Amino acid sequence: MRDPTGPARRDPALVRWGLIAVGVGYLSLFVVVPLANVVVQAFAGGLPGYWRVLARDPDTRHAVRLTLAVAAAAVAANLSFGLAAAWAIARFRFPGRAILIALIDLPFSVSPVIAGLVYVLLFGLQGYGGPWLRAHGITIVFALPGLILATIFVTFPFIARELIPVMEATGADEEIAAITLGASGWQTFRRVTLPNVKWGLLYGVILCNARAMGEFGAAYVVSGHIAGKTDTLPLRAEKLLQEYDVPGAFAVASVLASMAVLTLVAKALVEWRARRVGQRP
Amino acid sequence: MSIVARGLTRRFGAFTAVEDVSFEVGEGELVALLGPSGSGKSTVLRIIAGIERPDSGEVLLTGESATHAPARDRNVGFVFQHYALFRHMTVAENIAFGLVVRRRPTPEVRARVDELLRLVQLQGLERRLPSQLSGGQRQRVALARALAARPRVLLLDEPFGALDATVRAGLRNWLRRLHEEVRVTSLFVTHDQEEALAIADRIVLMNRGRVEQIGTTREVYEHPRTAFVASFLGPVNVLRGAVRRGAVCFGDGLEIPAPDLAPTAEQPVYVYVRPHEIDVVRHGRGRRVIPARVRRLRVLGPEVRVETVVAGSTQTLDVSLSRERAEALGLAEGEAVDLDLRTLRIFPDTADHYSI
Repeated sequence: MRDPTGPARRDPALVRWGLIAVGVGYLSLFVVVPLANVVVQAFAGGLPGYWRVLARDPDTRHAVRLTLAVAAAAVAANLSFGLAAAWAIARFRFPGRAILIALIDLPFSVSPVIAGLVYVLLFGLQGYGGPWLRAHGITIVFALPGLILATIFVTFPFIARELIPVMEATGADEEIAAITLGASGWQTFRRVTLPNVKWGLLYGVILCNARAMGEFGAAYVVSGHIAGKTDTLPLRAEKLLQEYDVPGAFAVASVLASMAVLTLVAKALVEWRARRVGQRP
Repeated sequence: MSIVARGLTRRFGAFTAVEDVSFEVGEGELVALLGPSGSGKSTVLRIIAGIERPDSGEVLLTGESATHAPARDRNVGFVFQHYALFRHMTVAENIAFGLVVRRRPTPEVRARVDELLRLVQLQGLERRLPSQLSGGQRQRVALARALAARPRVLLLDEPFGALDATVRAGLRNWLRRLHEEVRVTSLFVTHDQEEALAIADRIVLMNRGRVEQIGTTREVYEHPRTAFVASFLGPVNVLRGAVRRGAVCFGDGLEIPAPDLAPTAEQPVYVYVRPHEIDVVRHGRGRRVIPARVRRLRVLGPEVRVETVVAGSTQTLDVSLSRERAEALGLAEGEAVDLDLRTLRIFPDTADHYSI
């Protein structure tokens, strides 16, 4: 392989190998070893033990289903919001545009615990809307709706943030061309806008989904920890650990870790595919 | 009239991009909207297409008012400078777009796409993506796409602006031939006076958001109404002087008699002389013959550019001669000659003239 940097910029062997060793050592210490440990601990009781902890425990099984449901709802909500917000920001100049951009970034700078607390304060029994909700028989906090709301809050930057630069790079020319050719707004969106951003969109969905399934802080506050009812996978892992069920906790953690690995693979595939069609993810 | 623009005005904040622009394009005509960048010509085109809204004025397409019609209902073909092809669609899908969104039956769409591929000479490339085509091919796809739904008028925004010089020249002759074949009323925007003169039937010349002159290519070239038009259409020598006693007087004692052209009152003027409207002679006689010295000779293909300095002054005059004429004269650098200024155009000093 040709060295793209050329001999002028090549450092002595000692420096090169020394830097590589530092990089690999750092990654091993902080990423590979802990992840490997999760797998080792999860299988401490052998494969049958691992399976028993995961499949036999109804609370854990419920946690898997709940996590998938919450993530699906949050991704669906942020998909429509993200598309609409990114389109508005990339295509138009309007008063309040800068505020909208800042708002989209807000969840990145606010602790997830605060996101959870906000919903407890708004919809909890002691909160502003609590008495009214209770009178009408609606439960939000310590139930599925609260979990979904908190997860939406925490994950809403991902899709919008991913789409804004893609839409800005694509420009409005193709959309204008579609309209002069007689396309309606919906036809333009479906046949021109969406295909042009689909890889960026998919990339955003993957990141959003990963964060939604792994969210701990916000979920912790609004969940109420009712086993078999409001425990998501990260909460379930933490609870098992508190109960000194180390194999169980690590088994659940391994499920989360494998989801993360799947996400990484999917992300790499999308990036590769997007580069091939010349679309920035 | 196929296109009528009446009193179009468009402001962007405090900046007036287009001011009171009116012109008409007849059925089957090919008209150029010519002007320097920032003269408002693209804004006018976008207003006619419905992409931009005028602050005042109206647009009529084939006799009907289109001022308030949405772009998608105007049925105009629009060709963008940077093509704006749908990058994820093949050539055939791009061309078919205008028909597909109108829900035309598939066989009809297929037949029309084939017909257009033949017209723009891109048969065999229908399955390529735009990224696999050259610039000239892309612009032909854009043209075919704009023509597919049989638009009432065709609007082209700097259609060859992104192409290199040879492709440009080839494509503009091709566009002229295509227009003779299809005869769709066309309006194209360009900043290239040569392009406008080469292919348009008529030219609408714009400057600073206003129309300077409208006429056939010959009219605007030979009878420029303003200093701007004279300076924008091709190379020109500009001399500053004053009119006195039926003659134009220049700073260093040089006088050119021009009783028929000059205003009677004494006033500062600009005199415009095109390089090819000056002849180099030896021992010339005549009212507009002035002595000069050859400073530099340059051969530019079939023509010879002679840089001269008027005798007794620092005023330079560029002269363009045919190669035969230059060889017959046997000019040499540093030699004294006479210049015969065949055509002078005199404009008052206050006029806006084009400079680079």
